[in-house]
Amino acid sequence: MREQLHPKGLEVVDVCLEMAGPDVARPFVEAAGSAHPSLIDRSHYMDARFGVTNIPQVIWIDENSTIVRPPEAASPMPVGEGAQNMVKMVGGMEERERYVAMVNDWVENGADSRYALSPDEVVARSHARPRTGSEAVAHFELAQYWWQREGLSERAIAHFNAAHELQPDNITYKRQAYSALAMARSGGEDPDGWTRFRQAPQADEDWPFVSDFNKDMLRFRPELAARLKLPGSRSD
Amino acid sequence: MIVDRVDIGTEEFREATGWEIKPQGACKGDVCVALPDTGFSLLTTAESLGMAVVSDDGVWAVGPETLGGRALTSADASDVHLPDLDGHEFHISSLRGQKVLVVSWAPY
Repeated sequence: MREQLHPKGLEVVDVCLEMAGPDVARPFVEAAGSAHPSLIDRSHYMDARFGVTNIPQVIWIDENSTIVRPPEAASPMPVGEGAQNMVKMVGGMEERERYVAMVNDWVENGADSRYALSPDEVVARSHARPRTGSEAVAHFELAQYWWQREGLSERAIAHFNAAHELQPDNITYKRQAYSALAMARSGGEDPDGWTRFRQAPQADEDWPFVSDFNKDMLRFRPELAARLKLPGSRSD
Repeated sequence: MIVDRVDIGTEEFREATGWEIKPQGACKGDVCVALPDTGFSLLTTAESLGMAVVSDDGVWAVGPETLGGRALTSADASDVHLPDLDGHEFHISSLRGQKVLVVSWAPY
């Protein structure tokens, strides 16, 4: 999509939300083989700055550096084979195609596109942020700060847990923490790419986080948890 | 933003938060918030902008503003910058004149 639309004035910037830095992002970016800018976001600045809460999410910014669509779940350009397979499994190709059509409409029609929102709409549609949301960011940044210096110390874990409790719908904060734990326990090895993808404790694993995927599903989406027959759900 | 002292200057504050300190107050895009007569100081300015401050062992983390109860206060993104994979700072404003899709992703 980028290669088709770049001559018409569209650029893509991909941002990897990963505390462990560019060495982790690089193989994925190289596999995607695109010429667009690729950035690294160790502290999940995208969450703080724009209200990103999950990945992948996409923001539209116009020729004047003005946001015309705030973050929304979309995967027009899954980066790397793993992400592409994930989109095929989970994302739904129809939705992906619909989204690409929206982008095409914007490239063709610019500000006249019905998908390009006014500044007031952009602000109004951006993620809710009560005071607790700002606190969540502060705690996540402290978690990352301590993690970078001393690994998953008690205080790093305490700050991750605070961030998770203060903003429970922030999935990047959770999955990043779980990934850091899994990588620490595997001695930094991730041969098939799935180690980073850990979402919940295995068997009797000592799990330092207050949340995990299963617990969150039971707490926030009990019907879906039951359909998925998660441990502890009504169908378990 | 993370700082190891509270007496940072306005330039460092602007770099990290996108809020510029002007005579009329703290401004981002076309939104300005008046500051106390004492002018800029990290803690009082953070308070004026609804930014949470959490301190821990000599380090302060200042969360984003919460004016209007939304993640975005304005649609202006000209302050946005992040490093590329080689460590060079990349500014969104360098893409002025193009439409941009900013795709957040992760390997987990």
